[in-house]
Amino acid sequence: MEEIVRLHASSGTTGKPIVVAYTQADLDVWSEVMVRSFAACGLHRGDVIQNAYGYGLFTGGLGAHYGAEMLGATVIPISGGNTERQLMVMADFGVTALCCTPSYFLHLLESAKETKTDFSKLRVGVFGAEPWSEAMRDRIQAESGIRAHDIYGLSEIIGPGVGIECAQQHGLHIFEDHFYPEIIDPETGDVLPDGAEGELVLTTLSKQAMPMIRYRTRDITAIMAEPCECGRTLRRIRRIGRRSDDMVIIRGVNVFPSQVETALLRVEGTLPHYQIVLTRDKGLDQIEVKVEVTPEVFSDEIRKLEALQHQLEAAIENLLGLRVTVTLVQPRSLPRSEGKARRVTDLRNL
Amino acid sequence: MKLKQLSLFLENRPGQLRAPIAALGNAGIDILTMTLADTAQFGILRFIVADPARAKDVLEAEGMIVSVTEVVPIQVDNRPGGLAAVLAAIESAGLGVEYMYDFAARATPDKAAIIFRFEDADRALEALKAAGVRILTSEELLRK
Repeated sequence: MEEIVRLHASSGTTGKPIVVAYTQADLDVWSEVMVRSFAACGLHRGDVIQNAYGYGLFTGGLGAHYGAEMLGATVIPISGGNTERQLMVMADFGVTALCCTPSYFLHLLESAKETKTDFSKLRVGVFGAEPWSEAMRDRIQAESGIRAHDIYGLSEIIGPGVGIECAQQHGLHIFEDHFYPEIIDPETGDVLPDGAEGELVLTTLSKQAMPMIRYRTRDITAIMAEPCECGRTLRRIRRIGRRSDDMVIIRGVNVFPSQVETALLRVEGTLPHYQIVLTRDKGLDQIEVKVEVTPEVFSDEIRKLEALQHQLEAAIENLLGLRVTVTLVQPRSLPRSEGKARRVTDLRNL
Repeated sequence: MKLKQLSLFLENRPGQLRAPIAALGNAGIDILTMTLADTAQFGILRFIVADPARAKDVLEAEGMIVSVTEVVPIQVDNRPGGLAAVLAAIESAGLGVEYMYDFAARATPDKAAIIFRFEDADRALEALKAAGVRILTSEELLRK
């Protein structure tokens, strides 16, 4: 135990937090992969990085922090939460890069527009810790003018920095010299060939304190073995849109929140502030999707709002194959996350 | 002339109507007339104030969604058949009425003011003027 220099705990995606340990050499590896990650996002010495991942037991905060320092950038260790202060710091220090969850960035963006905060110097977002869709990236980039990079990692392996998107924004390079990726069939455990979709399992090659052999991530993806245009020879994984366990089974159909998100974004003008509420009425599952009304879609005419509601319902039903009820709610009435977004409220008492 | 009406999205929950009205009251803004449209799920509050731009700012600062719609204030004789005569002119001009409501702040014994929302306010204005329907000006409406 005296070789252990730090402890962290997982953010608890599946419930109970998992404690993880690091030797000094483990921390050095971690900082190195984070330096590579930031560099892949086009960041370097001279950048001002606002680190809004939570500092503490969560690996996001300190992992990004030491990586950004080793990169030679200026780090603002603001941690998560306190939106007003985040925006003030962003404007005052001319922040060029931001690390946080994508859903929290949307919240910051919304608040920045309201308060007319200047974030014109911001050019890169390093977003992770929760699955987000390609459509959400398009929206973020279009509305903010920044480049949004997906970063991947998990506490059990090391924390953030297991994989990162390069400038191509097409799959995440896995730092295979430290973390060896394989894809398995989550049902049978069989290893699948490159390109096939399945559960990502990772083997650590350099970890000392907590080596992992074929650790099951529960993240669903596929390995992209073909060379990347950026020149890196590290293999990539497809962006993770879902986990094998954030799935909810509704009337026997597997539903992932990311599917609902994709459907909502298909209907023009709807930012993905939504909540899925599951109830059971007379033994039958009922799905309600609460969607906040935005100024872009609000109409003075009731029939247009009702048409929007039906459009949203149709878009979700098309994707899920399930009947849903869409409820339009007032702006900012749904809870905002400062960490992982909680998209599903299950009131079914299963 | 056209008048700017503000519309507000409200959820069907207790207290949702009070919040915007209180915000306007605190800002010293007088509501000249208003109407509430409701569906099973949500409501739309439509109202007219002397300075719509300021009222919009006040409500948006509270995080509410406000849209501005152009409506047409029409003078109607306050007698049986008065409104029917105006509606006949509207019908023969081929205009569709989205909704209409009474202008509360202006009560004179012989004339009433009714706010009309047409799909195309400009076309309605032109057609109604040609048909001899009396359109009110904002000065006339806002005079107390």
